[in-house]
Order: sequence, then C-alpha cells, then structure tokens
Amino acid sequence: MNLRKIIPLLVFAVLFAFLFRGLSLKPRVIPSVLIDKPMPQTVLPALMVSEISKTGIGFSTDQITAKGGLVLVNFYASWCPPCRIEHPALLRLQKLGYKIYGIAYKDKPEDAQNFVDNLGNPYVNIGVDLKGKAGVDWGVYAVPETFVILNGRVIYKHFGVIHEQDMEDIEALLDKAKTSQQEKK
Amino acid sequence: MKIIFRTILFVFLMGFITPIAYSEIFDPDKLKDEVLEEKSQEIMKKLRCLVCQNQSIVDSDAGHAKDLRNIVRQRVKAGDNEGQILDYMTSRYGDWVLLQPPFMAATALLWLSPIILLAFGVFIILRHQKKLKKISAPQNLSQDEQDQLKKILDQKNNLEEE
Repeated sequence: MNLRKIIPLLVFAVLFAFLFRGLSLKPRVIPSVLIDKPMPQTVLPALMVSEISKTGIGFSTDQITAKGGLVLVNFYASWCPPCRIEHPALLRLQKLGYKIYGIAYKDKPEDAQNFVDNLGNPYVNIGVDLKGKAGVDWGVYAVPETFVILNGRVIYKHFGVIHEQDMEDIEALLDKAKTSQQEKK
Repeated sequence: MKIIFRTILFVFLMGFITPIAYSEIFDPDKLKDEVLEEKSQEIMKKLRCLVCQNQSIVDSDAGHAKDLRNIVRQRVKAGDNEGQILDYMTSRYGDWVLLQPPFMAATALLWLSPIILLAFGVFIILRHQKKLKKISAPQNLSQDEQDQLKKILDQKNNLEEE
C-alpha cells in the first residue's frame, strides 16, 4: 500500500528532473569536439596581401602553433547579419590587446574586404575560405563562430554572436588563459 | 450532392500526395555515376542537417547541408567507405551529426527505454491478472458454510413436503 503511494511521486520526480534539465539545454548549440585538441591543420590564402602576409598566406595553423600564445579565430562573412552585430565586440577585444584571426567563410573576397574596410578591421590577418571547406574541418555550421586557441590547442568555442552579455565571460576566460600561460613561462 | 462529396474527397487526398511530390529535392550536384550516387545517398540519409530541425542532409536545401552532401560525394568518388565518411563527419561535428545516435553509456537509457517500459508494462499486467484470478476463482465452502447450506436446503425440502 505504501509503495503504491510512492510510485506516482517517483515517476513525477524522474520526469521533472529530465524536463528541468531540458529547459537549460540549447538545442542550437552543438558542443565542439575540438576542445582540448590541436587545431585542424588549415592553410588559407590571404584576403589581401598586406605587410604581415607577404607570403600570401592569410591563415596558417602551423604558423600559429609555432608562435604559440593566445589567439582567437573568428569565422565571419559579409552576408551574415549577426556578424555585423558581433563586430563591435571583436573591435573591443582587439583594443584589449587580443590577437584575432579572421576567416572569411564562403564569401566573395571583395565583399569580405569591404566588410572590414567599412566597419573597422579587428583582425591580425584574414584567410579566405571560399568553399567553406576549412569551415567543415573546424566543425563550423553557422557563422559567426569564434574559437579560442592557446598554444595551438582549441580551448573554447563560442557559437554565434558574442553579445554584450557574453563579453564578461569571454574576457574572464581569456584572462585566465593568459595568466596560466604566463605562469608556465 | 455526390459530386460535392467527391470533390472534397479528391482535395483531401491531394493533400497526401503533395508532400511526396516535393520530397525529392532537385540537386544539380548529383553524381553522374548512378551506383556512386546511390551509395552517397545512403550515407547522406544518415547525416543530420545541422542547421535544420531533425532532417537529413538529403532532405534539406540549406547551404550547409549542400556543402556536406558534396563532401560525401567527393569521398565516395575517391573510394571511401561508409564508416570512413561517418568518422570524418563525427570527428568534426561530433555524434550529433549522426541522425541515429550510437549506442554508448550516455545513450544507453535512450536505447533501452522501450524495453524497460515494455518490461514494466508486462509486470503490471501480470500482477493485475494474478489479483483478478484470486478474486474470481471459485472457492470451496468452509465447513460452517456447508452446514448452513445444508440447513437451508433441508428447510426447503421440509416445506415442500408439507
């Protein structure tokens, strides 16, 4: 008799636990499998042959890994409205002294260039991923996506726009990564 | 009257036909080799379109699904088998890219829940039936009851005789 009273309560409790957990899940965000792994090897031509990229290479994981340190890799496109929303956040991170590499994802090079010419260029250098092949290698499925790289390894991925309310978390994460790197030295 | 009914029925049935007619997306990137295309299609049916809601990349017209379709085709053409291609995809997008989740510790409950629920149902039914049997099964009369019955029948017989 006692068991009979408890069973519905138990069923309710289990259901409640699952549904409550479901509330905090974000179905659009797929956790990256790259976390704690080295970057997928990528070499992309530069958007514009600038002082930095005399070689014509805009993005090279080998170079980034060889140099080490903390860098951000941001996939963007001029055709992507959220990327415009995100842009000021990238400029702010640049001002704070962070190195950001841009990858123009499935974008016409001239459009990708116009984008940074008009809105300001937060990037150290920009690689061109015309067909989105590099994007697939990095597990990108919707721009913008931003990866945080420490000494050649992916430590974090931010899916979608870095909003104003995300800045605090991102800055804290970058700060922590920076100090852990300095401690090692 | 009959014709109105028929028209309504016709429109109603058309509703079932339209989705079938549109389900085959025109894809200009199909491989010319039919065997390879068929093989690619089989693999693509197992891959999730990541920017859609529960669709395979075959069924989606999204740009990203198209990119993945073409990668599958390239790899099939290059001679990769299904396992290699699915591995390639999961090493980039995780297990989520597979429409059918693989059986592992995290998904064991998901896969086993139908069996667990079935077992639970069978258990409930069996228990219920046992109880029913107990209630409906004819029970032998106790000695007291038999005496009582005999008394009543005797009385009845006496009355009839009188």
